Amino acid sequence: MTLLLVAVAGGIGAGARFVVDAFVARHNPFRVPLGTLLINISGSFVLGVLTGWVIYGGGGDTARQLKTVLGTGLCGGYTTFSTASVESVRLWIAEGTSRGVAYAALTLVGSVAAAGLGLAVGALL
Amino acid sequence: MTSNEGDVAPDLPLTRTRTRPAHRDPGLIALIVAGGAVGTTVRNLLENAFPTAPGHWPWATFGINVTGAFILGLLLEVLSRSGPDAGWRRRVRLTVGTGVLGGYTTYSTFAVEVAGLTTDAPHVLGAAYAVASVVLGVLGAAGGYLLAVRAVKHAWRPT
Repeated sequence: MTLLLVAVAGGIGAGARFVVDAFVARHNPFRVPLGTLLINISGSFVLGVLTGWVIYGGGGDTARQLKTVLGTGLCGGYTTFSTASVESVRLWIAEGTSRGVAYAALTLVGSVAAAGLGLAVGALL
Repeated sequence: MTSNEGDVAPDLPLTRTRTRPAHRDPGLIALIVAGGAVGTTVRNLLENAFPTAPGHWPWATFGINVTGAFILGLLLEVLSRSGPDAGWRRRVRLTVGTGVLGGYTTYSTFAVEVAGLTTDAPHVLGAAYAVASVVLGVLGAAGGYLLAVRAVKHAWRPT
């Protein structure tokens, strides 16, 4: 049952990623793929909150199940490592090595900082 | 790499004018949702089969993300070199690329693992995991791209 819920949530997350990415791309004046960047940062924050809630906060069994469905499923389907890697390569080819490296580093630092902030917020719940 | 995952590629105006934008096409979104469910399930099963003890290298996520980046680099370049991003090519790109591989790989789990490792374990483990994942992910995607360049060249111009 949990497996099915995670699958459905993952599918919804992937669909949401596609719609958000298209929306951001339409309004993005820069040559940097901001959609994937924002998706990965926001998804990392939400998973951080859920994880902090389960590990450090007052979340019990309900929190654990919620974390599996919304975290592994929704956030996991929403965020993407493969597209982030491919977009780094595209920037690397089109705009030079430094742009590709900068995009990969920005995604990493932004997402880990968001995850750390999320863990701290989740611990308070 | 010329095809864009977001389907609003500013460098492909001709392919956009005739077809409805993919993000407003319920059929295409349904394909992405179905692909995302499949990819998420594979990741979920792998993470359950190879659980990571706290303070240890998350091998499951690591393997998932690097292999997914390689396959996506390969897939997108094979598709974009074989013809225009429309019809079945676009459906395959969105179902397998955006859906399955996007759902299979995960940045959120990776980022939370890095944040957790840098607080719970020796800092160097979290940093090593972070850098190794990103570097191998980018090199994997580039490797897939280069493999596609060679493979398509051979397939289209046999010697």
